[in-house]
Amino acid sequence: MSELRELADSVFGDSRESAGYGFDAGLWAICAETGLARLTLPEAAGGSEGSFADAATVLTAAGRFAARVPLVETDLLAGWLLHAAGIGLPAGPLSAVAAADLEIAGGRVTGRLRRVAWGRAVAGVAVLTGENVVLVDTAVDTAGLEIVEGTNVAEEPRDDLVLTGVAVRVAPLPEDAAAEFPLRAALGRSLLLAGASRGALEMAVRYATERVQFGRPIAKLQAIQQTLALAAAEVAAAEASSATAARQADRRGVVAAAPAIAAAKARTGEAAGQVARIAHQVHGAIGFTREHDLRLTTTRLWAWRDEDGADARWNEQLGERALQAGQGGLWALLTGTPHDATTRH
Amino acid sequence: MAKLFELAPPPVDLPEQVAGLRAEVRAFLAEEQEAGLWRPRVDSWLSGWDERFSKELGRRGWLGMTIPTEFGGRGRGALDRYVVTEELLAAGAPVAAHWIADRQIGPSLLRFGTVEQRERFLPGIAAGEIYFGIGMSEPDSGSDLASVRSRAVRVDGGWELTGTKVWTSGAHHAHAFFALVRTSPADGADRHAGLSQLIVDLRAPGVTIRPIPLLTGAHHFNEVVFDEVFVPDTMVLGEIGQGWHQVTSELAFERSGPERYLSTFPLLAAAVGELAGRPVDAGRRRDLGGLVSRYWTLRQMSLAVAGALDAGQTPDIAAAVVKDLGTRFENEVIDVVRSLVPVPPDPGAEGGYARLLADAVRHAPGFTLRGGTNEILRGIVARGLGLR
Repeated sequence: MSELRELADSVFGDSRESAGYGFDAGLWAICAETGLARLTLPEAAGGSEGSFADAATVLTAAGRFAARVPLVETDLLAGWLLHAAGIGLPAGPLSAVAAADLEIAGGRVTGRLRRVAWGRAVAGVAVLTGENVVLVDTAVDTAGLEIVEGTNVAEEPRDDLVLTGVAVRVAPLPEDAAAEFPLRAALGRSLLLAGASRGALEMAVRYATERVQFGRPIAKLQAIQQTLALAAAEVAAAEASSATAARQADRRGVVAAAPAIAAAKARTGEAAGQVARIAHQVHGAIGFTREHDLRLTTTRLWAWRDEDGADARWNEQLGERALQAGQGGLWALLTGTPHDATTRH
Repeated sequence: MAKLFELAPPPVDLPEQVAGLRAEVRAFLAEEQEAGLWRPRVDSWLSGWDERFSKELGRRGWLGMTIPTEFGGRGRGALDRYVVTEELLAAGAPVAAHWIADRQIGPSLLRFGTVEQRERFLPGIAAGEIYFGIGMSEPDSGSDLASVRSRAVRVDGGWELTGTKVWTSGAHHAHAFFALVRTSPADGADRHAGLSQLIVDLRAPGVTIRPIPLLTGAHHFNEVVFDEVFVPDTMVLGEIGQGWHQVTSELAFERSGPERYLSTFPLLAAAVGELAGRPVDAGRRRDLGGLVSRYWTLRQMSLAVAGALDAGQTPDIAAAVVKDLGTRFENEVIDVVRSLVPVPPDPGAEGGYARLLADAVRHAPGFTLRGGTNEILRGIVARGLGLR
């Protein structure tokens, strides 16, 4: 096991708590101290210069243990976007959102940012809008800022920020950032999903070996074995697709890895529903109460599969690519290899 | 929380030099098709027996790729072989003649065979000239392989074999197969003891081969009956009594290759061809894209297992997962293309989408049976999870 994996497992494993709600400030402090909070950012942005493969290790662990910290938002999204745009990063946790219909004039912004992840808890929100990157630095100036709190089904903050002439930093949007932003979000989300799938499977496996019915652990029933094997296959698919997408983002760059990332978000989203369903079925009634920790992973699976593009959206994109590739180019698309127009299949 | 099972080995990057190999294979396949030498088939590793094609692959160095050069092979890596086989399957090329020999007989001979056996068979396997079958299942032994009743008794200079094997693809064309047989009586305490593998010449006196037609009517399967067939000591594979261990290691090569998710790929390619120039609504684009994301994922999982096998690991659980997911997916492809293209299956068509669909639906029941049923595979996964 790599050192990073050990670190991530221990940091997130130790912080897991059933009753916790909202931003985990203690865990965030540890992430900041250990370099996990800005894992992939350059040193100039206070980062650890890690790869996407490193992010995969950390984010799957975070998903597995239902960590209540904005790692994807701070590191993969806001940190990257602000640094690329030449805006200094505020200290602390960050969030990021793409938004249309903002009025920007004289360094002030008016408009509504919808469902900002961890909005109430972060020190700044990077906004990708039109031709600009905007930093709403909530630690500096909150005049004209109203936060309308909301959550996703995992009870993670998803807040609307209503801005009325809020003073902001504005910089021109870096090239390709508009294309890269949703891909980074989907990659990060797919890695969290893979981790949460594993977490749910682990709990279901453990429960099956502990729960006794008919005089023996239910794990001994073939029906349970078969259904958990199906869940394990889904977890394997989630892990493989998301890890490969991270690897491709390292090798080819995020934008060129678009098909891999689309496939990862779609496949992890599909796996999420199936793993959550099986994990609950195996747990019986206790699993769908607040008295049991299974919800920490399954509610995240339900929330995250629809965030940053549901499987349907990414699959539609892949379907469009397949149609464009046509009969002769379909295989080249699947293998990510150049297609010679003279080749027929 | 306890540390759990590895379900998916780390992703594998194909070495850069395979790009050239892949391009060569693609160009060759395009030429062959343009010359009208064969039509793409579904499940071509069962249905496409073409000895000319196999010999041509051998001539080009695309068979026995992982066999060392001293035995007539090419001494290349497992991932090189992977690239060649996935290109062949995706194109629906007729690979059945050499398939078993290239996939599992070569590796088993390298692992368990004598020098004499390697010298006798490996060069012919690499040349695409020697073909093998599989002699595992029997009329009363399917998933419960340890219950085989074919029996070999000791005779002067060898063994005398009596019994019946079934579902042996290509036995009527192949030169030989590995028969899993009982060489000592069943031991109630250890059902896996007393089994051995013999290399049986399918033209030997006492061997009778009877066709078992598939749903399509095509002759691929056979029943192979042995009536006191003499097998010399030189044709014992590995050690007498070690058959169970050997056969399970052979199965590992069978489980997770590209043939476990690509059997119906030529059908999907044809379906996409049918959609060309037609309006395709968002729902159907999503369904098509759903297949793309699943193909993509399965291929990465299968490659990762190939990489782990090549590195000398035994990723049994991951391999079983690939076969379970992959073979179910081969069936799902049929369901989805039916919703994309309003053309019914036509077994009488010469080729094209309607014929591919007709063959696919009739071959599909086999996908989740061969090489270990999916229920048995899930049992392997469940054991890996610590449930049994």
